Order: sequence, then C-alpha cells, then structure tokens
Amino acid sequence: MIDIAITHVFLISALLFCVGFIGVLARRNTLFMLMSLEVMLNAVGLAFVGAGSLWQQADGQIMFILILTLAAAEVAIGLALLIRMQHQRHNVDVDGLSKLRG
Amino acid sequence: MTALTLLPFFPLFSFLVLIVLSKRLSWHIATAVALTGIGLSFIASIVVIQSLNVSASSGEGLTQSLWTWFMLGEHEVRFAFYVDQLTAVMIAVVSGVGFLIHGFAAAYMRDDENYSRFMAYMNLFICAMLLLVLAENLVLLYLGWEGVGLCSFLLIGFWYKDPDNAIAARKAFIVTRIGDTLLALGLFYLFMETNTLNIQEILAQQQTSPLSDEAAWWIALLLLGGAVGKSAQLPLHTWLPDAMAGPTPVSALIHAATMVTAGVYLIARMQGVYLLAPEILNLVAWVGCLTLLIAGIAALAQEDIKRVLAYSTMSQIGYMMLGLGAGANVAAVTHLMTHAFFKALLFLGAGAIILAVHHQQNIFKMGGLLKRMPLISILFLIGIAALIAFPGTSGFVSKEAIIAELWQSKTAGPVFWWLAVVGAFITSVYSFRLVFITFFGPYRAEHELLPQRHGLIVLPLVILALLALGGGYIPTHLEQVFSAPVASQHGPAWLHTVAIIAPLLGIGVAYLLYFPKTESSPAVPGTSSVYRFSHNGLGFDSTYNALVVKPFVWLANINRKDVIDLLVQLISWNTFTWHSAMKAAQSGRLRWYAATLGLGTALLLLGVIL
Repeated sequence: MIDIAITHVFLISALLFCVGFIGVLARRNTLFMLMSLEVMLNAVGLAFVGAGSLWQQADGQIMFILILTLAAAEVAIGLALLIRMQHQRHNVDVDGLSKLRG
Repeated sequence: MTALTLLPFFPLFSFLVLIVLSKRLSWHIATAVALTGIGLSFIASIVVIQSLNVSASSGEGLTQSLWTWFMLGEHEVRFAFYVDQLTAVMIAVVSGVGFLIHGFAAAYMRDDENYSRFMAYMNLFICAMLLLVLAENLVLLYLGWEGVGLCSFLLIGFWYKDPDNAIAARKAFIVTRIGDTLLALGLFYLFMETNTLNIQEILAQQQTSPLSDEAAWWIALLLLGGAVGKSAQLPLHTWLPDAMAGPTPVSALIHAATMVTAGVYLIARMQGVYLLAPEILNLVAWVGCLTLLIAGIAALAQEDIKRVLAYSTMSQIGYMMLGLGAGANVAAVTHLMTHAFFKALLFLGAGAIILAVHHQQNIFKMGGLLKRMPLISILFLIGIAALIAFPGTSGFVSKEAIIAELWQSKTAGPVFWWLAVVGAFITSVYSFRLVFITFFGPYRAEHELLPQRHGLIVLPLVILALLALGGGYIPTHLEQVFSAPVASQHGPAWLHTVAIIAPLLGIGVAYLLYFPKTESSPAVPGTSSVYRFSHNGLGFDSTYNALVVKPFVWLANINRKDVIDLLVQLISWNTFTWHSAMKAAQSGRLRWYAATLGLGTALLLLGVIL
C-alpha cells in the first residue's frame, strides 16, 4: 500500500470543494447545482477519511457514513423539488425562483 | 357682599346663554339677555359703591375672597375682589357706559345674522374688564387683561369675511401682545422682589421696606410697557386706528370707553411703585405728551370719521398718562371717567350718522347733516364740546385739572404744560374740522338719508350727552386713594386763562380753514405730501413694517422648512438609507445568497487564521 502524504489528501479535498462551490455559483440549472453540492459533500467526506487515517481513529469513517446519509436525504428532497419545479414552470432555472423572496 | 361676588359673573352668565343658544334666539330675547346681564352688573356696582361710601370713609377698601385659585410656592393666589374708590369709578364706568352702549348696539346690529354672537362677545368683554378692575391680585388682573385682549380681537374681526378686518384684528392682537409680554415680565420681577402679587400687600410693603431703586425702576418700566400696549400709547399705538374695522359699537365700547383705559388704570393702581421711580414717572409723562401731540396731528388729516375719533382717543389717553406722570392722579382718573362718557357719545353718534348715510364713513361724502338730522348732530356737538374741554362741560373739568397741575409738578414742568396746551389747541382744530366738514356745507352723499326712529339709538345718546355735560361733577372721593397732589402753590395767574383760551382759539382757526365759505363750495381732502404723511399716521406703520414686519416675514420664509428640524430628520434619513441598503440584499437570488455565504465564511476563516 502506497503511503499518500496527508497534505495531498487535503489539497485534493480543498480543490474538490472549490470546484463544487464554483459549480453552485456558476450554474443556473438546479440539477447541476445539486450535483455540485454532492461534489462539495464528497470533498468534505474525503477530508474526514484522510484525517481518520492520519490519527488512526474510526471517527473519520463514521462521519463519512453520516455525510453519505445526509447527502441521500438532501438529494431526495432536492430532486422532489426539482420535479415540482419542472411541472409548474417547465424549466429548472434557479434565478426564476427569485420572485419567492419575502 | 353678594353684590360684589356676583358683579362680574352676571355678564359671564349672559355670555354663556347667548353663545350656547346663539342663532336660536330671536332679536328680542337675545337683547333682553344681554342687557339684563350688564344691567344687573350696573345695579350691583351701585350697591357696592353705596356700601363702600358707608363703610369706608377712612379710605379702606372692601375685600371679597371667593376661593383659592392656586398655590404659588408658599404664597396663596386667591380669586378675590378688592374695591376702593378707584375701582368704584372703574366698575361704574364699565358697567354703566357699557350698558348704554349695549342698548345702542342692540339697535345698530339688529339686522346682522350673527347678532347673538356679537352680543355674547360684548358681554364677555364686560366680564373680563370687570375682573381686571376688581382683581385683588395681579394674577387675576392679568386674567382680565388677556380676556379683554381676546374679546377685542374677536370683536374687531367680527366681520371676518372681509380679509382687511381679519388683518386689523390680528394686528391689534399681536401689537398688544408685545405689551402683555412686558407686563408679564414685570409681574415676574415684582414677585421675585416682594414675594407676593397681592396689590394691597405690595403697596403696603412700599411703606415699610420699599423696593430697591433699581428694582422699582425696572418694574415700573415693564408695567409701563404693558400699559402702552393696551392703552395705545407711543410706541405701540399703531393698532388703534386700524381697530376701527370693527362694528361702531365695538369702537365705542372697547376702543374709547373702557379697554384702552386699562393701562391708565394699571399705572394708577400701582402708583406706589411708580413713586419710587421718578424717572419712569417722567417717562410716563413724556409718553403721554408725545402721544397726544402725534395723535392730534394725525387726526388733522383723517377722512374716515371713525379714524378721527380713534386718534382723538389716543390723544385723550395721552392726557391721562401725562396726568399720571405728573402726579395729577385724581385729575387723570376723572378724565378717564369723563372721557368714557363723551367718547362713547361721539362714537355712538358717529354710529348713528354712519347708519343714516348707508355705512359711508368718509366725512367728505357727508356734509350738511346739521339740517338733516338735527337731534343726532346736536348730541354729537355736545360730545365734541366736551372733547375740546369747552368751559362748562365735563371734559373741561377734568382736562383743565390735569393741565393745571403740570406747571408745578416735579416729574413734569412748564415744557409739558406748553405741550399739553398746544395739544388742546390741536384737539379743537381737528374736532371742528370734523364738525364743519360733516355738519355744514352742502349735502354730498349719493343716497338720501335713512330715517332713524329707533328709541334704542337715541336714548343712550341723550343719557350720554347729559353725562358728557355734567359728568365732571360726579363725586368720586378719589383723593382717598391717592396721596395729595404735589403742587402746593399755584403757578402764574395767566396759566388758567391761556389753557382756557387755547381750545377756543382752535375753533377759530378751524373756522377759517375748514368752514364752507359758500353753500356750494366742495370740501376736498388735501393732496400735499405733508397731508399724506399725517394721514398715514406720521409714518409709524411703514417704519414698523420696514423695521420689524418685513425682516420677520423674511426670516419666517427662510425657516419655512424648519432649519432646526433638519437635525432631527437626519436620524430618520440614517434609518431609511440603511434600510434600503439592506433591502437590496434580500434579492431572492439563490446563487447570490450562496456567494455571500461563501464570502462570509472565507472572511471568518481568514480572521481566525490571521
């Protein structure tokens, strides 16, 4: 098993997080925003796993499983909203929702 | 003393009845209510004066305390009346002459749609004036003082639909307000120095521990400020001629017989304080003297019959002030009384003439009235005779008494005597100018005279004419109130002769200048610049306009948006600005929110790391 330097793990994690975040900001299509959010969640999960292996603790992996569950729940709600949006507005442009402001 | 307690409240009650029921009352009922109120006051005055004469031969007055008004620190301010011989003269004049004028007004204002309101204001005025003269303390006096100011405003502006009348009413109110403020300051100072506002206590204190010279000087000056405002003396006299905008009975009641004498009453009442400040007494004499001359000169060039009489009122009150300043108190107050008689007669006579010539007030559009309305004309002439102090009339008794004491007075002197005699000369010139233009020569009005047959027009005039002739001999016992006259020895013997001849000389001059030479020659007002200057009241109005009114209006215009308020508005501006900035952030754009969230987190992290 090749040892990977912990710095590299965190660099990859931070990179993935930024890619996801930029995706959220740049995309107007809600489906792509949800996918970018998944990328961000996985970046965080990678950081947890890396940290767990660094300190030889199981906590990191437990947190990753928690994040997976959370992501599943989030996607379930997000996709449901997406379908309602497609039904009502016949598009999935998130900027079109700005009239929902208070 | 029930009579004394109720004295000022009869007119108050009739005022309330009239103002509440107002237009629901017919002319007869409204007249009956108004006249009953004043009549009862007059009867009560007679009763009070009788018991005063019986009980108080020593010079002590009657006091009647009604209730405690309020507490001023330790000092109790009572709602209480005080009557001595000075008050007795005042209440008799106010209610008596007031009653006669009310009778005349009932006929004069008969066809006015707001007749009840008019009579109500007149009654309220009598009530306020009675409170003023009956007041035991200066606070109550101030209540009456403001009350007559209010009624004067309401009555001058009675025909308020004409903007000119409303302007005249406002002018009277504002100009007298300047005097009222000075009076209030005087009262504050007086309370600070003596710790009481009870008039008799203040006067008694002056015997034992008098005011310091400086305090007496300031208090006397401030009270004089109040008096010149109310009594239309220099320099606050400009409101009186304009006040003629009111109905003629109002001019008779307020601007001749009673209200304008309030200032004279105040100075006479506070004589004890004035004696401590001889410089101010001298100033009082100067104010009176200058006013009587200036008003006399202005009266020479007036074309409105009521304005001539208004200026003559100012000039006669000038005589009273001059008398008070010179220490001739008894004569001054007697002149106050006789002036009330003959000036009410003159104004009511003018009112009767104005009614007859279809509300024309310009004397150059009258003429020849002696033949056409002989009774009114003769009554008017009696008033004129008293005004110029023609020997044998009441005006002669009082005015000659004032003039006689001037020469020897410590606070006046020969200069004042000469000026007063010149004033008497001018008085008779302008009086007979009025007489010759109005009653002689051809008839110049456009319409025929309206016949006058109402008894209420003539009867008050006849009674007032009798009083104008014999009123000077009514016993007043005023010497019980005032210390003895200053002059012990008399001046040169020719003084009396000159003082008596001066008015007669004036008649002669007026005859030469103004008597219509031929039956057809038209009388015309003058056109020279001197005449115009005098016609406009010697430029006081335009001077005040330029010096006070214009700058004030200018400032008010600048301040229209309220400069101080801008500071307060800064707070609301601040809130509004931040509110709209925050509102812009609430855009509803999801990606914008996410970006802000990211930026905020990044900044926080940066803060933690650094």
